[in-house]
Amino acid sequence: MTTIVFDNVWKEYDDRVVLERVNLALDDHEFLVIIGPSGVGKTTLLRMLLSQEQPTRGKILIDGEPIAAEPTADRGVVFQRYSVFPHRTVLGNVMMGPQWAGAPILGRFFGARRRALEERAMALLARVGLAEHAQKYPAQLSGGMQQRLALAQALIMKPKVLLLDEPFGALDPGTRKSMHELVGELWEENRMTIVMVTHDLPEAFLLGTRVVAVDRPRKDPQAPERFGATIVSDFEAKCRTVRESRLFEAERERMRLTLVSGHSLPQDALPVPALVKD
Amino acid sequence: MRRIINYVPRPGVRLILASLPFILALAVYLLASNARLAVEPADKLMPSLATFWATMVRMATTLDVATKQYLLWWDTWLSLWRLFLGLGISALLGLVLGIVVGFIPYLRSTFEPFFAAFSLIPPLAVLPILFILFGLGEVSKIVLIVFGIAPFIIRDVMLRVSAIPTEQIIKAQTLGASTWQMITGVVLPQVMPRLLDSVRLSLGAAWLFVIAAEAITAEGGLGYRIFLVRRYLAMDVILPYVIWITLLAFLMDYALRRLAAAAYPWDRIKAA
Repeated sequence: MTTIVFDNVWKEYDDRVVLERVNLALDDHEFLVIIGPSGVGKTTLLRMLLSQEQPTRGKILIDGEPIAAEPTADRGVVFQRYSVFPHRTVLGNVMMGPQWAGAPILGRFFGARRRALEERAMALLARVGLAEHAQKYPAQLSGGMQQRLALAQALIMKPKVLLLDEPFGALDPGTRKSMHELVGELWEENRMTIVMVTHDLPEAFLLGTRVVAVDRPRKDPQAPERFGATIVSDFEAKCRTVRESRLFEAERERMRLTLVSGHSLPQDALPVPALVKD
Repeated sequence: MRRIINYVPRPGVRLILASLPFILALAVYLLASNARLAVEPADKLMPSLATFWATMVRMATTLDVATKQYLLWWDTWLSLWRLFLGLGISALLGLVLGIVVGFIPYLRSTFEPFFAAFSLIPPLAVLPILFILFGLGEVSKIVLIVFGIAPFIIRDVMLRVSAIPTEQIIKAQTLGASTWQMITGVVLPQVMPRLLDSVRLSLGAAWLFVIAAEAITAEGGLGYRIFLVRRYLAMDVILPYVIWITLLAFLMDYALRRLAAAAYPWDRIKAA
């Protein structure tokens, strides 16, 4: 279970208000996509969630606890660029997190521990389609492959929340499409929360279960810096409904089969989640 | 007729072109030397190649009476020892201080302006101070080299540290890295190729300081020998020594470049 709450968050730089009155509560296993025009503060919002920047007012809670004041391992991240380490091979990049966690001084495993970790990392690399490139350096990979690597590198730490800052912005359309599929599948498999920033609307509604638009609701032509941006619309995206109706259909089919075969309803049957939602 | 920048020589032609200036310089010297020697066979300013060779063989193979040493090798050893020690200390200082000061904001705010000011002090101007403080021995020579080179290397390393994208540092933190782990696992490896480069760039300056220090006071060394035999107009020693120093500097530069390529293959890939 991971929930995220933005509680009346403001961000100001000197006199300039960037974000104001941001309130948001996010359920477990949501795919939140933040959209909005360039320079409005989408990335600032993400950075605050990452603790790369601190909110001026208000607080951000994960699972009811205020987030740490610096980036920590419970929040993974993939940036648009530079998310991987150029001096390590693909395999070395994926193995960095666990080695840091397990070896405080050397940052490196040896012997059986290393082999076990290598196996785990290779499995993850196979999952994102990079197994045959394990010994290459990131500079030898294409942009899409580097982003896959960055995803694998973040996922091996099993973060509660994965933050994506325009992760597909620099990719060509074909690569972008395959990345969409990969991220969608990884999100389902790992049962985690994803927060993504993008300015691509189709992408937002394709991937997101919830899409929030950030913009400035108030504008003062004489002093444009006086009012900041906030969440102006909040969509329960189609994808979530589809997901739940698929679950519902499967559940109904099971019930029908049970009834048709003449047995009584199984006692331990869970209530149908989609039926009891509202 | 294309623009002149669009004419590119073929590899074979390139080799010939590259050797041309060397051959030309040698030819000019030989012509001038011959002309002078024809007039005055005992001319000291432009000796012939045969004289150079004879002098160098003598310097390399006969035991000097005063020092009980083979002078060429003795001088080379002394100078290289000073140079390597000075460069090594400078590189180590540059690496440690550059990374720590460049990476930790509080230390950066404290020491960056100081280093910037410090690096502007002309090292040769403080040489008398070093002689007063450390005496006329080896220490003051080594300190002079360190004084001249370390600030440059420190600042260069600091620049490289700040050029590491913030995204990488944030990412490392989301992977749970501590400051120490980030220094050893992210910053240090990425700074090392640049450190080797800045050592290469400071080789010229290092030689300058070695020779300057030896010129003033020493009991041996390549720079000492050059300045010593200057009194006798011994061009047959000075010129081969200069070429020998140039060759040593070139070999060191080449070795450092090969070391960087072998030890940090990813750096080469990134540049390509």
